[in-house]
Amino acid sequence: MSKKIIIAILFILFVVLSISIIRMPDIGGESNPAYNDVTNYYIDNSREETGSMNIIAAIITDYRAFDTLGETTVLFSSIIAVFSVLSMKGDKHE
Amino acid sequence: MNDLIVKLISRLLIPFIQLYGIYIILHGHLSFGGGFSGGALVGSSLMLYAIIFGLKESEKKLPHSVSQFIESFGVLAYIIIGFIGMILVGSFLSNKSAGFSLGEFGTLFSAGMIPLLTLAIGIKVASTMITLLQRLLKEDSHD
Repeated sequence: MSKKIIIAILFILFVVLSISIIRMPDIGGESNPAYNDVTNYYIDNSREETGSMNIIAAIITDYRAFDTLGETTVLFSSIIAVFSVLSMKGDKHE
Repeated sequence: MNDLIVKLISRLLIPFIQLYGIYIILHGHLSFGGGFSGGALVGSSLMLYAIIFGLKESEKKLPHSVSQFIESFGVLAYIIIGFIGMILVGSFLSNKSAGFSLGEFGTLFSAGMIPLLTLAIGIKVASTMITLLQRLLKEDSHD
């Protein structure tokens, strides 16, 4: 009984996912939802606002600098975690 | 590792790898790459040195006390640069409005705080990689 329910749920999921894959926009197509106002804003204004030739650098270290600060903090906390685990003096005769 | 060819070739290659990594970090606002990729290059050259010549030689070049300091300095520099904008204008990590000179478009000294942040990220990534490897090698040599 439960096997039939699982198979039915999986089939419905398969149909839904297949439909969404078929309806996906083409890679690099102009109707792509990624090409919205934000993209155009970066392309038009990043030169005057940041003075950076590399738009990607302008985005990750100026428009979204707070996100990059989070990434650096993740690196920092990860190495602190590794250090604290490796330098533990546990009981070796157990 | 005790192999003459590997030692000679890596001794020849490491300066070039480091030079390329520093180039990528410093030109982060002009060309492809940036702090993360350039820092990974510099860090991997230091890791190559540590693997080929051993932990003792590696710690002679970059002692643990120094690398620990550099480690924390990377994040701290990023936050201090952010606080400059907060003190002057009132918003964290502001670039042009905080008075950072944008310079001439397309030159090395341009884009305000972006090269400084890229440098901080590069230092952080490189020191993270080498500190992690040194720590693991040390753990291995204890047992």
